Amino acid sequence: MIEFRSVTKLYPDGTRAVDDFSLVIPSRKTTVLVGSSGCGKTTLLRMVNRMVEPTSGSIEIDGANIAATEPVHLRRGIGYVMQNSGLLPHRRVIDNVATVLLLNRVPKQQAYDRSLELLDTVGLDRSLARRYPGELSGGQQQRVGVARGLAADPNILLMDEPFGAVDPIVRTDLQSETMRLQRELDKTIVFVTHDIDEAFLLGDQVVILEKGAKIAQKGTPEEILANPASDFVANFIGADRGKRRLTVNSAVTPNGDDLVLVDAGGYAAGVISAPHGVLASSNPSPKSRSISNKTDQAGDA
Amino acid sequence: MTWVINNLGLIWSRSVDHVAIAFPAVILSFLIALPIGWLATRFAWSRGILLSLSSVLYAIPSLPLFIVLPLLIGTGLRDPINLVVALTLYGIALMVRSTADGLSSVDGDIVQSATAIGYSAWSRFWRVELPLAGPVLLAGIRVVSVSTVSLTTVGAVLGISGTGVFFTDGVQRNIPEEILTGVVVTIVIAVVFDLVIVQVGRLLLPWTRAVKTARARQLRDREGVAA
Repeated sequence: MIEFRSVTKLYPDGTRAVDDFSLVIPSRKTTVLVGSSGCGKTTLLRMVNRMVEPTSGSIEIDGANIAATEPVHLRRGIGYVMQNSGLLPHRRVIDNVATVLLLNRVPKQQAYDRSLELLDTVGLDRSLARRYPGELSGGQQQRVGVARGLAADPNILLMDEPFGAVDPIVRTDLQSETMRLQRELDKTIVFVTHDIDEAFLLGDQVVILEKGAKIAQKGTPEEILANPASDFVANFIGADRGKRRLTVNSAVTPNGDDLVLVDAGGYAAGVISAPHGVLASSNPSPKSRSISNKTDQAGDA
Repeated sequence: MTWVINNLGLIWSRSVDHVAIAFPAVILSFLIALPIGWLATRFAWSRGILLSLSSVLYAIPSLPLFIVLPLLIGTGLRDPINLVVALTLYGIALMVRSTADGLSSVDGDIVQSATAIGYSAWSRFWRVELPLAGPVLLAGIRVVSVSTVSLTTVGAVLGISGTGVFFTDGVQRNIPEEILTGVVVTIVIAVVFDLVIVQVGRLLLPWTRAVKTARARQLRDREGVAA
């Protein structure tokens, strides 16, 4: 569990990046911090591994104040994945993944064996191990970034817009991979994004942030969609534009018992099965988030 | 050619003397410029000051420097060490800027990411920032090397052995072949230095080549698809 206790970050130029922020991030769940750029979400994330020090307030991991842990030591125990992968361009893929292990003084052979396994875990072919990051595609680099984040088997994984710079198809792929990994590995993930759809897809808990890292609303995606707390939230999730409110399009007659749903703008949003003209209602749990329009093969991703 | 054939031993020994002065000067300027260049990038105020100072250093005329230096460091006027020190100073003047530029050229995101995965500031400098500054450092040291090899010839004026003596001696005794020999040998030494540096760079910076090839391949593939 990660707990922010009235954390404030004031920069010397007077910018109040974070103002009296408190939040509990539950263990073994994915918490997504979502907001427009400049809202302070990345600052919050970087406070967890002491890349940014709060001006006041404290952050606790499992009840222990992180200010008491030496930053370098703290960071080696927390996975970190960033946009554009942040891989070291002068180290081979395998060395990049092994870096954290070697910094933690894991014996060399063991570190490399484990790194190869991690490539399997994130769906990369072992033949890529000897390549340099610059020789991989953006999606492959991002997978290496995730493997590196997982290398030391940390309980906490911080992900800072990790899929912001890859194309939409690869992003979908990586998102479903992240969900698969979370099912298998059960980490506490703190995920930062500006993409509300990504937040709803990945988050067990979604925290929508306004400027100054003020919490506009937090809750499960369902709670937020069902009940936007403010105009800001409604606007942010697209509810006010009718993007989230779907109606049946009666103009087209699809096969069988399916009905086509459109949003308020009249754009097709999906289909819903309606046996004998009655809308199906789904049992919300257990939830399967393995739905993906792409295969799990890494391929060129 | 007869002068060359009759003086092969002399050509060899003066070349060796030349290298013995130029080589340590190049290495020393690289090593000394490293902390200065790092300091230049470390603080907001230090860059301007240190880069200006190093430019001024380069503007010092060489002959007066050769005469003043022995007084300052207590060596004899004809001691090759004077020359090594003077050339090192000029090398530093050039190399500080390259070092500062090289270190600033490192992508801030990568430095952040290295910090985030748990590099200490010290190991991050040696294992991330310095290697990534490598291509710019390499370009800088190539300039320093050529410039140093050529400047070393000035030592002949002070009577310090090196390929410059072919010029002074050739002019005094009016042997054009000897002067030409001096030019050729100096150029050969500069080229050899450059080849060695490039080769060392290849060994130390293997990723730059690998990535370049990959980029070229991607570009070719894309054009192939277009065609």
